[in-house]
Amino acid sequence: MSVLTINDLGMNFSGFQALDGISLTLQEGERHAILGPNGAGKTTFFNCLTGQIIPTRGVVSYKGRRITGLSPSRIVRRGIGRSFQRINIYPQMSVFENVQVAMIAHEGMSFRLFRKAEALFREETLQMLELVNLTEDETVTAGLMSYGKQKQLELAIALCSEPELLLLDEPTAGMSPQETLDSIALIADIAEQRQLTLLFTEHDMHVVFTIADRISVLHHGELVASGTPQEIRANDDVRTIYLGGYADDAA
Amino acid sequence: MNKSITGTALLVLLLALVPLAGSRYLIYLVTEIQIFALFALSFNLLLGYGGLISFGHAAWFSIGAYASAILLTTLGWPFLLAFPAAVAVTALAAALIGYFCVKLTEIYFSMLTLAFGQLVWAIAFKWVSVTGGDTGFIGVAVPEFLDSPVRFFYFSLCVVLLCATVLWVIVRSAYGMTLVATRENRNRAEFIGVNVRRVQLVAFTLAGTFAGVAGALFTVFNHSVFVETAWWSTSAEVMIMSILGGVGSFVGPVIGAAVLIFLDRTVTEYTQYWPSVMGVILLAVLFFMPTGIAGFLNRRRGGTRR
Amino acid sequence: MFDNPVLLFIQLMNGLSLGMNLFIISSGLTLILGVLRVLNFAHGAFFMLGGYVCFTLVGAFDMSPMGFWLAVIGSALALGALAWIIERLMLRHLYHRDHLYQLLFTYALVLLIGDLVKVGWGSSVLSVSFPPGLDGATNLGVAYYPSYRLLLCVIGVLVGLGLWYFVNRTRAGRLVRAARQDREMLESLGINVGRIYLWVFVAGSAIAGMGGALAAPAIALAPGMDAEIVVECFIIAIIGGLGSLGGAFLGSLILGLLNAFGVLLIPEFEIVLIYLMMVLVLLIRPWGLLGKPEAGYR
Repeated sequence: MSVLTINDLGMNFSGFQALDGISLTLQEGERHAILGPNGAGKTTFFNCLTGQIIPTRGVVSYKGRRITGLSPSRIVRRGIGRSFQRINIYPQMSVFENVQVAMIAHEGMSFRLFRKAEALFREETLQMLELVNLTEDETVTAGLMSYGKQKQLELAIALCSEPELLLLDEPTAGMSPQETLDSIALIADIAEQRQLTLLFTEHDMHVVFTIADRISVLHHGELVASGTPQEIRANDDVRTIYLGGYADDAA
Repeated sequence: MNKSITGTALLVLLLALVPLAGSRYLIYLVTEIQIFALFALSFNLLLGYGGLISFGHAAWFSIGAYASAILLTTLGWPFLLAFPAAVAVTALAAALIGYFCVKLTEIYFSMLTLAFGQLVWAIAFKWVSVTGGDTGFIGVAVPEFLDSPVRFFYFSLCVVLLCATVLWVIVRSAYGMTLVATRENRNRAEFIGVNVRRVQLVAFTLAGTFAGVAGALFTVFNHSVFVETAWWSTSAEVMIMSILGGVGSFVGPVIGAAVLIFLDRTVTEYTQYWPSVMGVILLAVLFFMPTGIAGFLNRRRGGTRR
Repeated sequence: MFDNPVLLFIQLMNGLSLGMNLFIISSGLTLILGVLRVLNFAHGAFFMLGGYVCFTLVGAFDMSPMGFWLAVIGSALALGALAWIIERLMLRHLYHRDHLYQLLFTYALVLLIGDLVKVGWGSSVLSVSFPPGLDGATNLGVAYYPSYRLLLCVIGVLVGLGLWYFVNRTRAGRLVRAARQDREMLESLGINVGRIYLWVFVAGSAIAGMGGALAAPAIALAPGMDAEIVVECFIIAIIGGLGSLGGAFLGSLILGLLNAFGVLLIPEFEIVLIYLMMVLVLLIRPWGLLGKPEAGYR
């Protein structure tokens, strides 16, 4: 069954065509990577899918229902989770609260004015922290943790909404090689356990070929190739973009 | 936790004993502090918890003040009806104007709240037949049972304590935590499925409502309303109270209000240059005590900031 | 009332001269708002202080025919110097803090300068006489109009042109424009952004001082005159668009004319009209009539 259907998506920033006619279908359980050099439009692509930007053309449907034009919060509630390239947590709240507040939102209790927060979803929050290996950091102020741990925390926050589709924007950016390895293992593990459909952008080829079962390549806002890792490896256009990229720019 | 409950109980007891000291001056002073403490608490829901820098909070205080004056005097409603009605009017106004304000962020939000605040001032200033304009609304029909400083003292003490308790519950609630999350990271909050604007609108309305309560109390306290209250400098003053006390703690604004009102009344006895004194205090806070008095005390005790 | 062309013309001129006077003051604020992003409440206080300094200097230069103009320059220099001291000693330590702290800092200045004026010049209303030769009226064909106010219009246009030239045609101006858009970018290019901030604050404040001095003969000097003017400057900066000089020019004209004709249309409520307009602009085009929407605005 297809989870996400993207049909002829286009985004034009007052004359600059950031995305052009992208069509893509994600099957359930698929781990789909988006490759592309800097400036290819990867982040814009994600922003169009999650409602931060309203695309100028095309339709995005999630499980057969149109989501283009909805606000991010409504798209999240439909079942799409997201992590960001730049770390996105609540720096002054404790690690526990970071996750707890996401639980509260997911359970639709964000507007309970007289329901004491402290006691809410303690079990669930602790379980979630365990899942991303942050049990010991429960009481730490989130902004004071290491970069890698903040990324783990962000993953936990994104998972609270029990997404079936998870969008990860550069999940290993800025990590040390060891952190990268750990974090790939963690993501793969969680995706397996929860039967998540993954859509992620990544600059690290090794990561891409380890996790992804399908890969699409974005270049100058257009989708130049889409297929299995083997197909992509063999694709001439992709080779030109990545290997001949310098020659291309110079010309 | 227990310590703070004991502390609060002691403070309430101490406050309840104030009228027994027999000083009329003291009664007036403490009543005024109560009212402004509530005003500052309401403001800090926006600033401290929501991270929203409103520059028009005077509007809600004045709408509550004028509404109660008009309902009590012009329309001759009984107090027990007029008081809640005045608060309801303020809540409605805050919800309506808040709806527009939360569409904007940062500097634009501040400017729009300033614009609305000044709009309220301009209407109060010019609509002489209803508000008394420049001269103010004089001679409010205060009900007999509140027409004594001591009785009004206890009345306002009860109202303020009730409101403060409600606010305390709210900031500890699921909603309160969500509000802090929107302050900490608006984007992330949006991506856990929170409708950030609606969260902010609720905060705006609640803050406006409690400021309206403070304003309505102030009307009964003064037996009149003056248009200067609606001018933007009142919004600046409530901001100073909050910063002085400390926006990072719940009681901070109360401390700030108490210190500022007390100093105001005391210093003006000796000099006309109170504004300079306030300016110097403000500079001292900004440069040497950025977390305010509450933050300063907390750090001394070795506590951490929540 | 509207069948009287002379009256209409006079009101038009009143609107224009008020607008130009407002422009002289608000162009300084718009520079500061655009670059420093500080809601500078002290701008009105600098304006007021400029007026008072001018009063004193005019007294000092007494008989000299150029006395008034020297006093105007003196006021601008004095306020620029004051701003320099304030920035170096205090304001610059607040740049990395939340803009609430900067805003409150400028409010502290408002309180202190308000009292300074009371101490230095007293609480009674003072006035500055018109510079020699400009105390009469000029025949404009349709009607006579006070010469000094006409001159204000000319000066307003000159200040506008001068600033426009500076911002758009000089190297320093290019840096100012760049600082308005992307501070980090400039820093990564090794440019001392702190210096740009300093000089923008100094220049903006000097312009406020000059505006106060120029306005002095046309208005009465009194403590508290700053509170209203600063809100008017904010209105103009918002209507025009933060940091947009052309916007400030347009906003000033709108405000001046609205003031002049609002009095005719709805005599009691012209001030309500002005705040209402600010609200409307913020709701429909928060980035102002001539500003550009900021990236990420949704």
